[in-house]
Amino acid sequence: MIAIVDYGVGNLFSLKSSLAALGLEAVITGDAACLEESDRIILPGVGAFGDARKKLADAGLDKALVSLASKGKPLLGICLGMQLLFDCSLEFGRFEGLGLIPGSVVPIEPELEKNGIKLKIPHIGWNKLDIVKEHPLLRNTAQGEYMYFVHSFYASDCKADTIADTDYGVRLTAAVARDNVMGTQFHPEKSGAAGLALLRAFAEF
Amino acid sequence: MITKRIIPCLDVRGGRVVKGKNFQGIQDVDDPAALAEFYNSAGADELVFYDITATVEGRRLFTDALARVAERVFIPLTVGGSINRVEDFERVLACGADKVSVNSGAVRDPGLIDRAAARYGSQCVVLSMDVKRVDGRFTVFSGGGRVNTGMDAVKWAAEGQKRGAGELVVNSIDTDGVKGGFDIEMLRAIADAVSIPIIASGGAGSAEDFAELFSGVPGVDAGLAASIFHYKTVDIQKLKQYLRSRGIEMRI
Repeated sequence: MIAIVDYGVGNLFSLKSSLAALGLEAVITGDAACLEESDRIILPGVGAFGDARKKLADAGLDKALVSLASKGKPLLGICLGMQLLFDCSLEFGRFEGLGLIPGSVVPIEPELEKNGIKLKIPHIGWNKLDIVKEHPLLRNTAQGEYMYFVHSFYASDCKADTIADTDYGVRLTAAVARDNVMGTQFHPEKSGAAGLALLRAFAEF
Repeated sequence: MITKRIIPCLDVRGGRVVKGKNFQGIQDVDDPAALAEFYNSAGADELVFYDITATVEGRRLFTDALARVAERVFIPLTVGGSINRVEDFERVLACGADKVSVNSGAVRDPGLIDRAAARYGSQCVVLSMDVKRVDGRFTVFSGGGRVNTGMDAVKWAAEGQKRGAGELVVNSIDTDGVKGGFDIEMLRAIADAVSIPIIASGGAGSAEDFAELFSGVPGVDAGLAASIFHYKTVDIQKLKQYLRSRGIEMRI
């Protein structure tokens, strides 16, 4: 069973539906005991880092996630959920993350010019994966596969654990993995068949 | 690099798609979920649903239909129509929408953009605007394009961004339904004024119109159309292949 962490951040309907479409049993839960009983955990999230981090702590789920991940339970962070895995974020201040993957979350440089056009922030839309390291999470994913991104901040200083990045004029971290702790900046539950294939790989990790 | 997006738009009344008749090989062409699956497999990058029902019962049928779409189609879904309060965001987000588009509701109450962005994040809030030239000025119309608000469209776009909209849908009333191409002049004026993604709407009649849109206004990120996809004047897969052959980045 896959536990989808519910801490009041974001819309979990599509994530639950996409796992159901793969025939995978999933439960949406904000209960630490339920996370403990699950085989795998997905940490979703949209919105601001600081707010999400506080909600995780208020629900007492931050310590549970760190403890379960340290014991080897597969954990997948999606979008803001991935960013929360890092040491810290500089989104509207400086906030400590879960510290499961070394690195920090920083703003996408807004003034970068590409073909005379300012890069738009947020980075919204389908962008190509450049797989830089083999990992079981990407075993069903082809080099150059398109995934759906929506974000204004990205993970940096995490080259050692980056398994895929994407080109937005700047290189942005697209997927990371450190043993059993994994994360995608893009939304696999919104990336069509390619996204479902990645979720299946996580379920088989 | 990030691709340009092709977005079919479906008008839904009483939980059924309006203008879906020309599809062959689909069991129920009026069913939003059946059409959404068709568009998804044809390569649509995103789907937009407009609820054009005015009744409470119709809205319930709409959210039921939306949930059936979101259970089966895993690409971004934007919902618009009758979004006047933050509670309306909640209603459609709970049924699987990823983004919510506000139009007349934001004209009446611009603070709706701020409140929704604060609560759900900018990525969730799409400001949709219907624009028409009045005395040579790009002017915002509300109420489905019937009411002249007197507001300057370029200023309204910039204000929407400032208030927290994460994306703009810009529909030209002047070119809508004419099928003579997108309103390049108007889209340029808006694109120069904002830095958030822009979805162009109104006027698509052929694959060439999309090529002209993306090469003519590089600041536009997506092209939205309804009838040319519904009536299969343009096939999404072929359109994307054509655009890619013209050097425009596409997800195929």
